[in-house]
Amino acid sequence: MRDSVGTVRTVLLLGGRSEIGLAIVERLVREGAREVVLAARGGVAEPPGALTALGAKVHSLEFDATAADTHTGAVREAVALVGDLDVVVDAFGVLGDQAGYEADPAAAARAAAVNYTGHVSAGLAVAARLREQGHGALVVLSSVAGVRVRRFNFVYGSAKAGLDGFAQGLADSLHGSGARVLVVRPGYVPTRMSAHVDPAPFPATPAQVAAAVSAGLRSGATTVWAPRVLGPVFAGMRLMPRPLWRRLGR
Amino acid sequence: MLLTGWGRTAPTAARVVRPRTAGEVARALADAGPRGVLARGLGRSYGDAAQAAGGTVLDCTGLTGPIRLDADRGEVTVPAGVSFDRLIAHLLARGHFVPVTPGTRQVTVGGAIAADVHGKNHHADSSLGAHVRSLTLATPAGRARVLTPSAPGEDGDLFRATLGGMGLTGVITEATLAVLPVETSYMRVDTDRTESLDATLDLMSRTDADYRYTVCWVDLLARGSAMGRGVLTRAEHAVPRDLPPALRRDPLRHRPGGAPAAPPRVPPGLLNSWTVGAFNTVYRNAAPRRRRGQAQPLAGFFHPLDAVRGWNRLYGPRGLVQYQFVVPLGAEDALAGIMEGLSRAGAPSFLTVLKRLGEGTGGHLSFPRPGWTLAVDLPADLPGLGRMLRRFDERLLAAGGRLYLAKDGRADAETVHAMYPGLPAWRGIRERADPDGVLVSDLARRLRLL
Repeated sequence: MRDSVGTVRTVLLLGGRSEIGLAIVERLVREGAREVVLAARGGVAEPPGALTALGAKVHSLEFDATAADTHTGAVREAVALVGDLDVVVDAFGVLGDQAGYEADPAAAARAAAVNYTGHVSAGLAVAARLREQGHGALVVLSSVAGVRVRRFNFVYGSAKAGLDGFAQGLADSLHGSGARVLVVRPGYVPTRMSAHVDPAPFPATPAQVAAAVSAGLRSGATTVWAPRVLGPVFAGMRLMPRPLWRRLGR
Repeated sequence: MLLTGWGRTAPTAARVVRPRTAGEVARALADAGPRGVLARGLGRSYGDAAQAAGGTVLDCTGLTGPIRLDADRGEVTVPAGVSFDRLIAHLLARGHFVPVTPGTRQVTVGGAIAADVHGKNHHADSSLGAHVRSLTLATPAGRARVLTPSAPGEDGDLFRATLGGMGLTGVITEATLAVLPVETSYMRVDTDRTESLDATLDLMSRTDADYRYTVCWVDLLARGSAMGRGVLTRAEHAVPRDLPPALRRDPLRHRPGGAPAAPPRVPPGLLNSWTVGAFNTVYRNAAPRRRRGQAQPLAGFFHPLDAVRGWNRLYGPRGLVQYQFVVPLGAEDALAGIMEGLSRAGAPSFLTVLKRLGEGTGGHLSFPRPGWTLAVDLPADLPGLGRMLRRFDERLLAAGGRLYLAKDGRADAETVHAMYPGLPAWRGIRERADPDGVLVSDLARRLRLL
């Protein structure tokens, strides 16, 4: 439960190896969180040393983003481990390579299943639990890639667009329930996942994304951009004429 | 429905039902869902004591009915949902007063007992629990129980566990309190300004015993040696000859209310070290350096928090945190250290109150114990607030002090467990009254009290 100065006690990370997700968890632990569940396929056998060094108790949980049937059970297991879920960070996803997806449509559909439909079942399972416990926040890692989908990564971007819309609708459905959703829209974040793509303007480090999430959780925001300037930048991007948008590089 | 404490900090949702009789309370306890049940009064605890996320919250303000004063026995029997506002008006009209009143009249009798509230007479009269002659408690284990302080065995234990038990031992539906006969609704007040913390502590230590009621407002924002300067007020109930002739015609006249309300929305940051510092200076300079025997209406003396309705909104949308602690007599350096820390942080608290406490009531989780208590209001979004208060907690623990659960919304479970050595015994008593763990609150979950 969030306390009166905004500190939380428990955090569940869906996508337990996500660099951005782990940066958010580390930030919350620095601020006082004491119990962490890292959920990923095969579990997370070796939790990052930083978390335990900060005094958090770290649990590992088997979680397969593509196995929608198992998501409600995974949430229940997390509750069995740490009790009420104060913050759930929904951070799993794959970036992939647009040219590769165009050559292998089945691979593109599998990526979309992780990046979109996996979040639908996981998000609804988490929301049901938060509603039942009467409090808690779901942090959904969307992306500017979904704000206006670009030719250069439209398989990934369209899934993020779907996820972003889903998360907004979920937020509205939870209004008044004590639970809430924070939609996070980072720009280019240099991580292992994005190592193969060229850097884009206005990058943010995982720690900067984590700081924005922490501030958003405290202020009660519904959306945060990282860095913040991407909010106005993309307000402009949305207005760009299609012929120009089509030619945009990264 | 989303509920918060008076600090408006951490909302959680619960189903709210409003029982009107003890029977309806018993039914609500029997119908408890998996997330439990909790009684709530007028929501004046600052943190998360009157919330039960995902559970059922009983709005007990519907537990009203006739107030029965027995002047011969010097006691009043009152339904637990009755407010101190109504109780005080009823008693004053009949020449009596409550034995203890907190800084607001907007608390229910049940809530006041569950928090074992104290007032300006704590050094002389202890807290409310010392004046409860009996209480009726609906417990999940069944039948309503009438508990008295002298009851042998389990009932006496449950009585003490309920004083300051934060509503976790059962739902109080009725109580009988000792009352105090008074001749007027006025206080005879002596006021002194002090120039430093040392002077404040010294004057209070020397003269507390001479007065039934004492309290000191302190200015934390004053710098250097002036930090802790204050306005000390000490008082007795006035008798008619203390009053100016115009007031003697109707000495029990009691017409509080008509208080202005804070605006519904206040921008963040209205209360900061500049605005509150200015307020403090004006407030202090407006107080007389030394005045004796001023007749003051009792509401103004006891209930400064009721002067502005909804004053908690002044702290803006992020809300406020009240930090109240007690340190034993002799631990003045811990008190001074925390006050200096607050002063350095520019803590914009405009109702900082210092008081010497006397003997406690024996309630396992009851807050008051002999020592100095300080209550300070802080904006919840003050940068670094969580870390600063954790440092103070450590200092308190080392000095043998403790935090007040009715104010807390942020302490660690381990810290509070160490501050309340009566907790294990309380748990044992509680479990017998609530074997299935029906009663729960956000506070209890956060502090792992159950």
